[in-house]
Amino acid sequence: MTLRTPMRRVLGAGSARSGVHHWWMQRLTAVALVPLSVWFAVSLLALPSLDHATVAAWMAQSSTALLLILLVLVASWHSRLGLQVVVEDYVPGPGARTVTLVVVNFVHVLLAAAGVLAVLRVALGGAA
Amino acid sequence: MPARPLSPHLSVYKLKYTMLTSGLNRITGMGLSVGLLLLVYWLVAVAGGAQSLARAGRVLGHPLMKLVYAGFIVASCYHLVAGIRHLVWDTGRGLERAQSQRSALLITVISIALMLLVGYGAWLAMTRTP
Repeated sequence: MTLRTPMRRVLGAGSARSGVHHWWMQRLTAVALVPLSVWFAVSLLALPSLDHATVAAWMAQSSTALLLILLVLVASWHSRLGLQVVVEDYVPGPGARTVTLVVVNFVHVLLAAAGVLAVLRVALGGAA
Repeated sequence: MPARPLSPHLSVYKLKYTMLTSGLNRITGMGLSVGLLLLVYWLVAVAGGAQSLARAGRVLGHPLMKLVYAGFIVASCYHLVAGIRHLVWDTGRGLERAQSQRSALLITVISIALMLLVGYGAWLAMTRTP
């Protein structure tokens, strides 16, 4: 006999009331980062130079811009989820933990937004 | 520390290399979060134009940063390979003790090979450009 209601089973919600969402997103972003990170490493090493003209021309290509935006978004998300677990494991006290988690969240949203904006500026020709 | 008896944590376990491979995955992941910060810093600098990239180059091109980049190569290769091991575990495979000990050695060998490969690629790229 189980004390869990059918609704609770459908939602997959345990005592933390959040179900498997965190776990699943961590895996989903991990799978996406395998090709994205390999692509990034290979194309970075293949660039003839890292001066501004070369890098900007590379970033201005639609395919590069698209993949860079995906990389920044998915890596930020994955990093956010990973650091959240680290904070939950090692930062003692609910107050300090909550504050640290808020900072972790804000920093990652800022990083994601700044990264996407930077790529778009280059790709759409807004850069100086 | 709370003023109550605590159950013994990591200190009660004998250190095994399977523990090390797990702990390293977390440590390299934290290092790569710093890498994400540097990646975004670089992207923003590129978007700001040639002068802004030159200014960022004083930080990103500092000789000591070569050590940091070498660290990122090590961390990303390890985290990638160890992460794939986790994805295999998620399918329910390879969780027996003997299997996980074998895969611990396997990911160590594969990730070191990958580090050498990427390191060689980085060295080629570095010597190619003045």
